[in-house]
Amino acid sequence: MDIQHTTLLIIGGGPGGYVAAIRAAQLGIATTLVEGDQLGGTCLNVGCIPSKAMIHAADAYHQAHHFMGGSALGIHVESARIDIAQTVRWKDGIVARLTGGVGALLKKHGVKVIKGWAHIVDGKTVDVTLDHTAGPAVRIQGEHLLLATGSVELGLPGMPFGGRVISSTQALSPDSIPKKLVVVGGGYIGLELGLVYRKLGADVTVVEAQDRILPLYDEELTKPVSTSLRKLGLQVHLGSKVQGLNAAGDAVRVLDGAGREIEIPADQVLVAIGRAPHTHGWGLEKLMLAMQGRALKVDDQCRTSMRNVWAIGDLTGEPMLAHRAMAQGEMVAEIISGKRRHFAPAAIAAVCFTDPEIVVVGQSPVDAAKVGLDCISAHFPFAANGRAMTLEATDGFVRVVARRDNHRIVGWQAVGAGVSELSTAFSHSIEMGACLEDVAGTIHAHPTLGEAVQEAALRALGHALHV
Amino acid sequence: MGIHIIKMPDIGEGIAEVELVAWHVQVGDTVAEDQILADVMTDKATVEIPSSVAGKVLALGGVVGQVMAVGSEVIRIEVEGAGNFKSEMPLAPVNHAQAATNLVASAAAQEPDNAVAAPAASAPAPVSLPLPSQPAPHAMPARAQHAPAALVRAPGDKPIASPAVRRQAWDLGVELQFVPGTGTAGRITHEDLQSYVARAAQAQPAGTADQRFAQRLDEQTVPVIGLRRKIAQKMQDAKRRIPHFTYVEEVDMTELEALRAKLNAKHGKERGRLTVLPFLVRAVVLAARERPVVNARFDDDAGVVTRHGAVHLGIATQTEGGLMVPVIRHAETLDMWACAAEVVRLSEAARSGKATRDELGGSTITITSLGALGGIVSTPVINHPEVAIVGINRMVERPMMRNGAVVARQMMNLSSSFDHRVVDGMHAAEFIQLIRGYLECPATLFVE
Repeated sequence: MDIQHTTLLIIGGGPGGYVAAIRAAQLGIATTLVEGDQLGGTCLNVGCIPSKAMIHAADAYHQAHHFMGGSALGIHVESARIDIAQTVRWKDGIVARLTGGVGALLKKHGVKVIKGWAHIVDGKTVDVTLDHTAGPAVRIQGEHLLLATGSVELGLPGMPFGGRVISSTQALSPDSIPKKLVVVGGGYIGLELGLVYRKLGADVTVVEAQDRILPLYDEELTKPVSTSLRKLGLQVHLGSKVQGLNAAGDAVRVLDGAGREIEIPADQVLVAIGRAPHTHGWGLEKLMLAMQGRALKVDDQCRTSMRNVWAIGDLTGEPMLAHRAMAQGEMVAEIISGKRRHFAPAAIAAVCFTDPEIVVVGQSPVDAAKVGLDCISAHFPFAANGRAMTLEATDGFVRVVARRDNHRIVGWQAVGAGVSELSTAFSHSIEMGACLEDVAGTIHAHPTLGEAVQEAALRALGHALHV
Repeated sequence: MGIHIIKMPDIGEGIAEVELVAWHVQVGDTVAEDQILADVMTDKATVEIPSSVAGKVLALGGVVGQVMAVGSEVIRIEVEGAGNFKSEMPLAPVNHAQAATNLVASAAAQEPDNAVAAPAASAPAPVSLPLPSQPAPHAMPARAQHAPAALVRAPGDKPIASPAVRRQAWDLGVELQFVPGTGTAGRITHEDLQSYVARAAQAQPAGTADQRFAQRLDEQTVPVIGLRRKIAQKMQDAKRRIPHFTYVEEVDMTELEALRAKLNAKHGKERGRLTVLPFLVRAVVLAARERPVVNARFDDDAGVVTRHGAVHLGIATQTEGGLMVPVIRHAETLDMWACAAEVVRLSEAARSGKATRDELGGSTITITSLGALGGIVSTPVINHPEVAIVGINRMVERPMMRNGAVVARQMMNLSSSFDHRVVDGMHAAEFIQLIRGYLECPATLFVE
């Protein structure tokens, strides 16, 4: 068998893997990356990017549709029509440009990309096959093995994928919009896609097992989203458990909060109950690495329990975020090149692209109280922000959390249209160890949504100017 | 409600004043009958002052370290009933009460008057040691809290630094946890990191572990009170009054050590083990007979030297509180084992604070020894009003010339000081040479 040798062998070409490869190549490390599917992983192909494209298209269509009845802005649209096949082609075009770009970047930096499925032989050796059935085509040995295989969608045991039951991957490439869609899971994936389908004309019902949507965020943050869902006409069943499809296969049986079984008619059922580390089917168990729950256990340098075997991204568990994986990938490449690095971010931003958007960085007031930190917090509503008014987006607020003793900022939360872009400022201030006075004393451009950031800090200090 | 005043009791033995060394109550405390209020110290002993009544403390009569006359007001206690303080003017009485409340402030001013009556106080006002302007125990914590400019993190507190600083620290191999942060809220700036590294580079060659300690800014104020103050006064007195003449001679202890080993082997079990000290005591007793000038007390104010036939031998003893000198009375009457037992008894009495006044005074000559820490040479300070002190240095086996051959001998130095006003150098030297003779040929200690 043909054996190739390299210094760094990366399994998985998602955001973690490809960033690690580029950085390693920049540092002069001979790097081989194995990817069986498209470069870019979940994020570029079936996650972050395509979902944002579909959200944008749905928003635009919904806006046009909204203008059909006239509007406060004086815009009137005769009729709005969507060619969903074209929409998907447009989305696929973006994905193709981005994944193609990743390929070009890897090539430019001299990373050897091998297309195929990796199967672990030992801690330094991987067999690559072009598909799962064929025998090994090539064997690769590397001094360092970086595992970046990401995560897989979780399905429901009583309602496996197939037929009317689809995953988020399929939901991002619809042939047509179903009349009735049931979304299982009121987390960010279910709500983002549920909103897309609703705005594209489907009747959408969300079924969530817990007693509120977006259970990872506090209620103050999710309230504007609940209101928006109601306004848009999404049905939400909280505290309800999905039992499976009915006998005819055209409705979802749900045990509601009161213990009654109801049937919700569905042309399609989107199961979006979360993701799990991708640990099976590629020989990982042979290495017998230490685990932490379902995820691979790593230290603050992303080392696994085996020497020179590294793991990054979703494979290592929560938070499953592309930007975390990228930062870890960059770090591992630098450590292998001989630099001293640790994965020690002060905070990792999490964004939820619902309507309105939610962004959280660092500790919420509740988080801070849990760890016994004496904090002050203040929020500034977008209703008092001029730019928000001009965007017809006055729902939501920016909230800051800071230590009472020295005013160092420990957390930011915001909900509102377009607040995902504020995460930049939030993360930056926390990583820099900024105090309320630092943000309050920085001139923020007018008129922007960002003024709410400064005003929240001012308000925490007791002298907000515009409320 | 009345006011009860407790006065400094007459402790006896002709003591006119005592030093206040500790308060056990504070103003506002409720005290029970027989509760200990304060500790006072006489020349020799510490005495507890109990409360004769139950009530609430209104005022304290002095601060720790203050010398107070017998009969002066110790404490003022509010009691049920009339109390023993009778005055028409209820709470702002002129003389007595004011004196009491102001005692703290005026203590320094009062002292010289009291000091006249003090036994050791024929000296012109050495007693008026400046009192600390603030009671020291209160001042100390406040000072310790004075934070240095750069915040020191509590263990477990994450160091706050920007990503660039963090990265630079990793590159430099510096743990940010140990870098003081001067930025707002303790942020570690690039400058903090640079100066930390610069200091580290200055202090150590590359590649070695950091063995420096953090700069210390703490200080501790220790009031010189009680026994410590007595020692300070005595030492100062001795050094100011006495022109010391120190004489060092080496003594071959080989023979004596052989004898001592034999005696200990033979009698150690039933009579107790002998140290070098009883032999030296005996040598001093014998040598003092021949040179009585060294076994004397010199009352320099009266201009009289009293030579003593008895040898009351002071043994300088380290105790927890400081240096004390218990006295072997009539050392000339003791045999070796009695002397050894007396040394043990006295030093234990001194260390446990049970030594009586008699046992702590009246010595005519003193021996001082630091035992294994004896060193090569010391310059002992004479125990005034004596005129001589004999210091023992460390015994060590050394190569010596004997009859043209190098032999191993147990050698020990004696470092002794004499009051040169009344002991001439020659007499001092003769005295030491006599001792040396006795020690080097121990048979002569016992056979005359």
